[in-house]
Amino acid sequence: MTAIQDLEQNPIVRKLREWSAQAVAEATVFRGELTVVVPRERLRHVAEFLRGDPELQFTLLADITATDRFPLEPRFELNYHLVSLAGHERLRVKVRVAASEPVADSVTTVWPTADWHEREIFDLFGVRFEGHPDLRRILMPEDWEGHPLRKDYPTEGFL
Amino acid sequence: MPTTVQTVTGATETMVLNMGPQHPSTHGVLRVVLELDGETVVKARPEIGYLHTGIEKSCEAKTYSQAITLTDRLDYLAPLSNNLCYCLAVEKLLGLQVPKRAQYIRVLLTELTRIGSHLVWLGSHAIDLGAMSMFLYCFREREEIMKIFEMVSGQRMMTSYFRIGGLALEPPAGWLAPVERFLNMFPGRLQEYENLLTKNRIWLGRTVGVGTLRAEDAIALGVTGPTLRASGVAYDVRKFFPYCSYEEFDFDVPTHNDGDCYARYLLRLEEMRQSLSIIRQAMPKILPEGPIRTEAPGIVPPQREKMKTEMEALIYHFKIFTEGFSPPPGEVYQAIESPRGELGFYVSSDGSPKPARVKVRAPSFVNLQALPKLVEGRLIADLVACIGTIDIILGEVDR
Repeated sequence: MTAIQDLEQNPIVRKLREWSAQAVAEATVFRGELTVVVPRERLRHVAEFLRGDPELQFTLLADITATDRFPLEPRFELNYHLVSLAGHERLRVKVRVAASEPVADSVTTVWPTADWHEREIFDLFGVRFEGHPDLRRILMPEDWEGHPLRKDYPTEGFL
Repeated sequence: MPTTVQTVTGATETMVLNMGPQHPSTHGVLRVVLELDGETVVKARPEIGYLHTGIEKSCEAKTYSQAITLTDRLDYLAPLSNNLCYCLAVEKLLGLQVPKRAQYIRVLLTELTRIGSHLVWLGSHAIDLGAMSMFLYCFREREEIMKIFEMVSGQRMMTSYFRIGGLALEPPAGWLAPVERFLNMFPGRLQEYENLLTKNRIWLGRTVGVGTLRAEDAIALGVTGPTLRASGVAYDVRKFFPYCSYEEFDFDVPTHNDGDCYARYLLRLEEMRQSLSIIRQAMPKILPEGPIRTEAPGIVPPQREKMKTEMEALIYHFKIFTEGFSPPPGEVYQAIESPRGELGFYVSSDGSPKPARVKVRAPSFVNLQALPKLVEGRLIADLVACIGTIDIILGEVDR
């Protein structure tokens, strides 16, 4: 794990910090993969910048993954895996979400593909997305109770 | 669903029709809720989840090695691609290097998988559009690939042949002979398919201009794989982010600009030719002898002979199969080009012998989202063609 000071030379991190001092809370490289942690309330702004900036052009949102770190806090982490087709780059944007208020901004307006990914996270983790056009369960039945991928949800048996 | 949509004929009343989950042309258990004005699709809404088996949750209760068998069951037409992607992800997490010989065997087998998967796609897509004989021809050729898989791994479909650090076992002597036979036989067969379909008037009528997807829309919707390349974007993970020594192979990434069902058909045929070329290049690279697994005590099971003669090997073997191994805490995302697009595995470790989270970025799941874009405003019959050409596997969509 590398601290942010060492990553100052990374062009993506530098660009983000030049654009806004509060955009990157933390940046790490693990196994050659760059992760930037973005404050939850700045997610949509950073997403718009990453997609629209002519040098970065992270136009393809490959995936959104949530992880449950129960019992640690903040409990949920949302990982946005981005691809820049022009720059041949990958980037992981991470947002931390507390268990007390499991809400994040939807990025469906920036990348329409986020629609089903966010529905899946809502379904399996119970994290809600502000501004999502149609936030319903996607894999589990509509009347299902609980969120199966949470760590306090049993793998076998009933709740 | 509201019924006050302004429809093509000007009528305000539409009919809602459930297509699936039991419908022969939805390729599994997909349900599409259609809002129809006569035969025209006004609105299409895919509903998924009928095959949800909780594979990601199950992975969290298994050791890293045990989870490999679950990955076969995601995209059951390309089990080796799934094995490969998961193994690469865990190897990245561990920082393992795999011997070159194992890498080339992996490349050869995953390219065979791609051909096999495209053959099932072509056969089932053709039968959806009324070309019965194609289905039989495609399955005839796929059988040869299945025989090679059975010879190498002992299994036709649920191979689990790639393991963390290399391969499960040494391929049998003479296993390249059937591959060679396949390479000699297949180009002629591809030409036969082209003779049957490429200029066939019915085929053209059913696919040309049907289900057009523009490049900007495709990228915005996260579409990858042949479906994206048929819209003119040359994004192939093998070229953009090479893995498994793909940078040593010389192959083209075919693209088309039309973005319709016919472009996707031509593109997949061309991809099969490129895969043949990769296999041909891989064959001389695979030396008759050499390691198939990396040396990593405590992670990769030791060789059988060593277990009988060395105490440490026996202990490691016991530990690997009772408690597993513990990668350092961290997270990785590894993507490969599966037959359907960018297949990604996100694996996160908390330092215990079981993964904290395994997420599958399934190309079918994302590509299926583009279905409404392809079919809205077109006929129901076109919907069948469109579901066929985006090539979804419900096992992977629902996981």
